[in-house]
Amino acid sequence: MTAHIYTAFDDELKYLMRRISEMGGLAEQMVGESVRALVNSDAALAQKVISDDVIMDTAEREVGDKAIVTIAKRQPMAADLREIIGALRIASDLERVGDLGKNNAKRVMAVQGTGVPRKLARGIEHLSELAMTQLKEVLDVYTTRSAEKAKSIRDRDEEIDAIYTSLFRELLTYMMEDPRNITSCTHLLFCAKNIERIGDHATNIAETIYYMATGSQPEGERPKDDTTAAFGASE
Amino acid sequence: MNMMSEAAVEKAVDQKMSELNTKMVGKDVSVYYGEKRALFDVNLNVRENTVTALIGPSGCGKSTFLRTLNRMNDTIDHCRVTGRITLDEMDIYDPSIDVVELRARVGMVFQKPNPFPKSIYENIAYGPRIHGLARNKADMDQIVEKSLQRAGLWNEVKDRLQEPGTGLSGGQQQRLCIARAIAVSPEVILMDEPCSALDPIATAKVEELIHELRANFTIVIVTHSMQQAARVSQRTAMFHLGQLVEENDTDKMFTNPDDQRTQDYIMGRFG
Repeated sequence: MTAHIYTAFDDELKYLMRRISEMGGLAEQMVGESVRALVNSDAALAQKVISDDVIMDTAEREVGDKAIVTIAKRQPMAADLREIIGALRIASDLERVGDLGKNNAKRVMAVQGTGVPRKLARGIEHLSELAMTQLKEVLDVYTTRSAEKAKSIRDRDEEIDAIYTSLFRELLTYMMEDPRNITSCTHLLFCAKNIERIGDHATNIAETIYYMATGSQPEGERPKDDTTAAFGASE
Repeated sequence: MNMMSEAAVEKAVDQKMSELNTKMVGKDVSVYYGEKRALFDVNLNVRENTVTALIGPSGCGKSTFLRTLNRMNDTIDHCRVTGRITLDEMDIYDPSIDVVELRARVGMVFQKPNPFPKSIYENIAYGPRIHGLARNKADMDQIVEKSLQRAGLWNEVKDRLQEPGTGLSGGQQQRLCIARAIAVSPEVILMDEPCSALDPIATAKVEELIHELRANFTIVIVTHSMQQAARVSQRTAMFHLGQLVEENDTDKMFTNPDDQRTQDYIMGRFG
């Protein structure tokens, strides 16, 4: 796209893009580290994730402030307006991803030493790999602005939902087998839910990017395969 | 004036909008100033009870097109208009048309407020008098009051109707000119950058007025302010180099226009 007559406006938009990319990088890192801390019972790493969340919150506020000032000053139209509103939405999704990573990190201490079965930890790891892939790809699409790619990412959230559902069943089984597992399994259940939500945020971001690129919302319902909300109801 | 509530105005306007009657039609309109061609086969419909904004860079032909709608170009030597322009399906360039009468039906407000060097009262009364719209003094008083009220100026000037119109502030003068245009009960009001000489407060008052007038009139406005077009209009037409580039719903035009040139212009990316 041709440059603005006001070059400072271009600089402001570039600033927003750069900050979003940074926030995306940090979000990926926090999620990855929180899961690693959980699997390896690494309290120090968990603590790092918790303190990184402050950086994330600050970044979101700064993106918000810059976006507001830019709207007030430039009164952007069309693609420019969508760019700024998109940055605001993505920043808030990424901030939530950071929160979810932090929440997982907080649970590391509680799960620590309870002898979480390796198999369950692997299940969580696998779930998080999928969510991280979604997040990574969606952040790449943020740079390329491919509406096609954004749509395909959105249509893939189903996979995460399916694995989350099977993990949910597995955790329930452990709890029924031995009530002493309940505390740690409940924490793990929350962790799994957090990761599943990270996938949802990645999907939100994909939809936002689609809107930024085309000016319209992606059509059709999001594919869903999370059936846990009805679990136990009809059995 | 009986002040309709905002919701009532909105409802009345929407009801009229839904009918979507076409008030004026421009078909293959071209304008030449001597040898120079200023407009190229413009096809544009003006909907009734709708504010249509004409936007585009300087020299794009938007004012030229506006002026064809009440034959203001007739006053310019060497200016030639081809194509067909109709008002309620009547060809306004037909030789049998009385231009004075046409301009009573299609009024105009200019960029710079241009009140007559007469009293506020006389500024409004002049048009209705030459068109014989008032039978007596009481009639005329009523037309003057009603016009000033519709223009949102009555309360500010009702105690000084005999003072010169030129003594008002710029924003008041512009609303006086709008009141003067309304006084002859036109059907269409053309506005050529009506706020470009006004401060933000006066601009807001005129824009609010345009919003209200839409219930009773059809309005076509030329503006250089993108924000103004976005605020006051329901339809927007984008001109570039004498051509109509895109015409669309205003909401669509300013969030997701179809044409790249519109996109570049409204985002301030014109090279």
